[in-house]
Amino acid sequence: MAPIAQQLNAQQVTAQQSTPSPVPPASAVSLTGLTRSFGARTVLDGIDLEFPPGQFVALLGHSGSGKSTLLRAVAGLDHDTVGTGELATPERVSVVFQDSRLLPWRRVLDNVLLGAPGREADGRDPAERARAALAEVGLAGRENAWPGELSGGEQQRAALARALVREPELLLADEPFGALDALTRIRMHTLLRELWQRHHPSVLLVTHDVDEAVALADRVLVLDHGRLAVDLGVDLPHPRVYRDPQLGEHRERLLAALGVRPDGGPAGAGPQED
Amino acid sequence: MADHVSSTAVVTAPERTVTRPAPGPVPESGPVRRATATGRPRTRRLSPGKRRPYARLLGPLLLLAVWAVASAAGLLDPRVLPAPWTVLHTGAHLWTTGTLRTDLGTSLWRAAQGFAIGLVAGVALALLAGLSRIGEALIDGTVQVNRAVPTLGLIPLFILWLGIGETFKIVIIAIVVYIPVYLNLHAALAGIDARYVELAETLRLSRWQFVRQVVIPGALPGFFVGLRLAVTGSWLSLVVLEQINATDGLGYMMFQAQNYGQTDVIVLGLLIYGVFGFASDSAVRLLERRVLTWRRSLSS
Repeated sequence: MAPIAQQLNAQQVTAQQSTPSPVPPASAVSLTGLTRSFGARTVLDGIDLEFPPGQFVALLGHSGSGKSTLLRAVAGLDHDTVGTGELATPERVSVVFQDSRLLPWRRVLDNVLLGAPGREADGRDPAERARAALAEVGLAGRENAWPGELSGGEQQRAALARALVREPELLLADEPFGALDALTRIRMHTLLRELWQRHHPSVLLVTHDVDEAVALADRVLVLDHGRLAVDLGVDLPHPRVYRDPQLGEHRERLLAALGVRPDGGPAGAGPQED
Repeated sequence: MADHVSSTAVVTAPERTVTRPAPGPVPESGPVRRATATGRPRTRRLSPGKRRPYARLLGPLLLLAVWAVASAAGLLDPRVLPAPWTVLHTGAHLWTTGTLRTDLGTSLWRAAQGFAIGLVAGVALALLAGLSRIGEALIDGTVQVNRAVPTLGLIPLFILWLGIGETFKIVIIAIVVYIPVYLNLHAALAGIDARYVELAETLRLSRWQFVRQVVIPGALPGFFVGLRLAVTGSWLSLVVLEQINATDGLGYMMFQAQNYGQTDVIVLGLLIYGVFGFASDSAVRLLERRVLTWRRSLSS
């Protein structure tokens, strides 16, 4: 892990020049007293959460903590669950799942075009927009490939392009890199951060990877037994350096909140004993 | 940008960690890897290997050869099974002077009509049942009951209702065809991957877009399974219909031959049915390969 982090640091210096574009007006995400239950089990227990437009929020939690339920509630995918509370989301929402969910019978370009806004939206050719989105995620030239011909990382890039072409005000991502290998995951982190800096949607990233959360997000939430246990602002400039002691502090705080002892963590803080 | 990460990682890592491979032969101490002539490790191939074109014809041709050899060697009594050339000769004779041409035409026309009606009905009912809960409640149970009744057992009733003309024959074939089409297409439509349903919801597809771009393409593999069963079924029912209740057609020809002890004509009829069944099944397979180009499986 350590050598990879160093590699990342070296190339991150150059990315600092890209100036963040002015934040476009978008409605903020707002949850008030959100409750969801399956049978007798309450999975979300009165969640209150607001975040301003353009904020990158990571949601951490154990499996079964309700983090996917929260994301599905915000995505409007929980038709059959019982719940109360208020929920306000922007008009344009895109979702990226852990699996790419590319339709195997449509070529990559047609997958990106699936449900994309037509020409009447802004006068631009949808196919051109889809090509541009594919180029942006590094898949230029693969437009006519079948999804089955792409690697796992490429499939997830295509899924990002499909999310991107809809110009979302809110991007919901449910462990989008969980199924990828470690190297591919780091490249995808860089890609997602670049896309976010360029388009500045609000992001809700559900993950179980503390490093992923602190490397990418402005704000990290920890969900525990259906309640928000930690709400941590990560006010560090992008791109972030893995060795940054501040990042290490955040990481350890979050690991502690998740009930994990930071044994031999790569952070500069050194080994701790309690 | 993203490429830098992995390329640097990939380039620098080997320099540090990997020791230079020793040139020349591997030292003999310790377990030595077996060398293979192809330069590949010896793994056992578990897929059946590459498919050769027209390989499917091998079995039928072999059968034909055995038949011919046995006839030539005098092992077969011509009254039991005439030689292939006798059958061919009879075929040529009936084609030029007899009724084979009209019988064949009649049979083909019946099969085609029944198949077309059955196909349209099966697809329509499967779409109605597969895409709406009301349709499913009305249709699915009814079809399951219909399926449980042997279709050929309906012949007496249909003759009473529709007369002994063409109509009842075509209706019977249509019923035999629609059932496998319906069953397989409905199962495929109902079994649509829930993950794709979620995806379509997040992409805010309209119901029509969802059906046309997600559900139907996803159900096509199942549809083709039903279509192949239906093609074979249409020929199967034709044999029975034409042998019991017909005044022309291939089955009638064979039925008449039975009365006069013409084994060669019976075998000719069977051969023609076999060839048409095989050809139509191959045509459906070909269509399937064209339509489902995205599929990569053992059969590709």
